[in-house]
Amino acid sequence: MASLDRVKVLVLGDSGVGKSSVVHLLCQNQVLGNPSWTVGCSVDVRVHDYREGTPEEKTYYIELWDVGGSVGSASSVKSTRAVFYNFVNGIILVHDLTNKKSSQNLYPWSLEALSKDSSPTGIIVSNGDYDREQFAENSVPLLLIGTKFDQIPENKRNDVLTRTAFLSEDFNAEEINLDCTNPRYLAAGSSNAVKLSRFFDKVETSVKIKCMQSFTDRRRFNFKSLHND
Amino acid sequence: SYRSVSIPPQVRQYVVQVVFSVTFAFSCTMFELIIFEILGVLNSTSRYFHWKLNLYVILLVLIFVVPFYIGYFVVSNIRLLQRQRLLFSCVVWFTFMYFFWKLGDPFPILSPKHGILSIEQLISRVGVIGVTLMALLSGFGAVNCPYTYMSYFLRNVTDSDILALERRLLQTMDMIVSKKKRIAMTRRQMYQRGEEQNKQTGFWGMIKSVTSSPSGSENLSVIQQEVDALEELSRQLFLETVDLQATKERIEYSKTFQGKYFNFLGYFFSIYCVWKIFMVKFWSQHISFILVGIIIVTSIRGLLITLTKFFYAISSSKSSNVIVLVLAQIMGMYFVSSVLLMRMSMPLEYRTIVTEVLGELQFNFYHRWFDVIFLVSALSSILFLYLAHKQAPEKHMTL
Repeated sequence: MASLDRVKVLVLGDSGVGKSSVVHLLCQNQVLGNPSWTVGCSVDVRVHDYREGTPEEKTYYIELWDVGGSVGSASSVKSTRAVFYNFVNGIILVHDLTNKKSSQNLYPWSLEALSKDSSPTGIIVSNGDYDREQFAENSVPLLLIGTKFDQIPENKRNDVLTRTAFLSEDFNAEEINLDCTNPRYLAAGSSNAVKLSRFFDKVETSVKIKCMQSFTDRRRFNFKSLHND
Repeated sequence: SYRSVSIPPQVRQYVVQVVFSVTFAFSCTMFELIIFEILGVLNSTSRYFHWKLNLYVILLVLIFVVPFYIGYFVVSNIRLLQRQRLLFSCVVWFTFMYFFWKLGDPFPILSPKHGILSIEQLISRVGVIGVTLMALLSGFGAVNCPYTYMSYFLRNVTDSDILALERRLLQTMDMIVSKKKRIAMTRRQMYQRGEEQNKQTGFWGMIKSVTSSPSGSENLSVIQQEVDALEELSRQLFLETVDLQATKERIEYSKTFQGKYFNFLGYFFSIYCVWKIFMVKFWSQHISFILVGIIIVTSIRGLLITLTKFFYAISSSKSSNVIVLVLAQIMGMYFVSSVLLMRMSMPLEYRTIVTEVLGELQFNFYHRWFDVIFLVSALSSILFLYLAHKQAPEKHMTL
C-alpha cells in the first residue's frame, strides 16, 4: 500500500544510456565512477525540499527506481520487472542523445510502465500502440533526460535538440539534456536544476492529491457503510 | 516460439554490419551449393566455379577481414593505444596469424605434398577450429534440446511459487529503500550539525565539539554494508523470478499444439542423438543425409538465436562491435566445417565435388576429431545439467 510519505519515481530507458549515472548524479550529487550492468532494479534516494522557503516546506525522500533491461527482453524478464511498476508517482525517461533508437524506444518503455501500473490514476492501454491523447490524459508526471550531450558535434546540436523537442511534446513532459560526467549541468540555479525541481514538486503534489482522494474515498465508504447498517 | 533474429541497434558502425552480412550470405551460399549438387541444378562446371569462388571469398573474410577488424575495434576501445590504431591492429593480426599457422603442427591434417601457400593450408586450420566448435555445440545441444523441450524434465512451477518470490523481492527492495532513507537522513543531519558546529567558537564551542559523539559516520558504514548485502540478494531474487517465469512459460507452451509437436520431435531427436553417441550405422546414407540437413537448418536457427541472446546478455555500447565480429567469425568457421563434416553423411556420388573443391584433406581426421569432442561435450553437458537440475528444486523448496 502507498503510505503517506512514500514517493516513488521510475527511471526507465534502454541499457547503456546512462540511467545508473543519472540516478547517482541526482541522489549523491557525484559522478558515478564505475558504471556496471544493472541486474533487476536498483534504488536510490534523493532528498528534496518541497516548496523550499515557503511555509509549506517539507522534506521528501524520493525513491528513484532504476529498472534495467531493454524493450526487446524476453517475456519472462518483462513479466518479472512489471512488479516494480506498481504505485508509481512519476517517471523519468532517459535516452542517449547519440543513439536515435534509444529515444524511439521510450515510447514502448512508457507504455510498458503505465499499462502495468495498478494504482487507479494510471492509464490503461489496450492495444499497445502509442496514442498521443492518452499521454495528454496521463496524470503521472514525466520527465525526459537526454545523456551524452557533450558527445554531439556542434553542427548536429540543432537537429538533436529539434528531435528532443518533438519528444517532449509527445510525452507532454519537460526535457533536460546533460552529460553525466559533468555535475555542472545540474548546478543550483541553472535552468536544468529548476526543471528538475519543478518535476519533483509536481510529483509530490500528485502524491498529496492521491492521498487526499483515498482519504475522502475512505470517508465516503465509511459513511456509506454507516448508512447501510 | 517465433523469435526474430536481427542485428541489435547498438551496432552503428556500417562496416561491422556489412562484414557480418557478407559472412552470413557466403556461408549460406555454401549450403545452397550442396543442395544444388544433389538436385543437379546448374551446369556442373559452373557449380564448380561457384564453389571455388565462394570458398575463396569466405576464407578471405575469415582469415583476413574479420580478425583484422576485431583487432581494430578492440584496440580502439583501449585509450592508451588509440593514437596508433592501425599499427596495433596489424600487430594483433600478425599475432593471430602466427597462432593460426601453429595450429597445423599438432594435428595430422595435411598430406606432405601440399605446398605452403596452397588453399588446403588455410582450409585445414579453419576446419579444425570450426569442427571443434561444432562438436562442442552439438554435444551440448544433443543433451540440452531434449532436456529443455521434453515435459518429463520440466519442474512444476505454480503461480503461487512466482507470487511468493515476487513478494520477497519487493520486500527486499523496500528494506533497501528504508535503509537508504536512513543514510540520507543521517547524512543531512550530520551536514546540518557540521554547519552549526562551525558556528560554535570559543571555549564552550571547543568543549561541545569534543563531547558530541561522532557515531554518525560509524553507523553509516554499518548500514551501507547491510544495503550492499540486500542489493546482492535482490539481484539473486530477480534472476530466480525470471527463471521461474521462463519455466512457467515453457510449461504453458508445451501444452499448445506447437509445443506438443516439438515435444515429439524432442523425443525423436533425443533417440537419434543417443544413437549418434553410440555410432551405430544401420540407416541408409540418404536418410541420414536428410536428418543431417534438418539438424543443420535447426542448428543454424538455434545458433543464430543463441548468438543473439548471448549478444544481448553481454553487450555494452563499447564492446558491441567486437562481439558482432567475433560472432561472425564463429559463425563462418562453424559453417565451413559443417560442409567438411557433411561429407561424411552425404551419399557417395556427391562426395566427389566436396573432395574436389576442398582438396585432399585428411577428412577422416576431422570425423574422428568431431566424434571425440562431441562425446566429451555431451558427457560434460549431461553432468552439468544433472547437477543444475538437482540443485534447483532444493532452492525453491526453502520458500
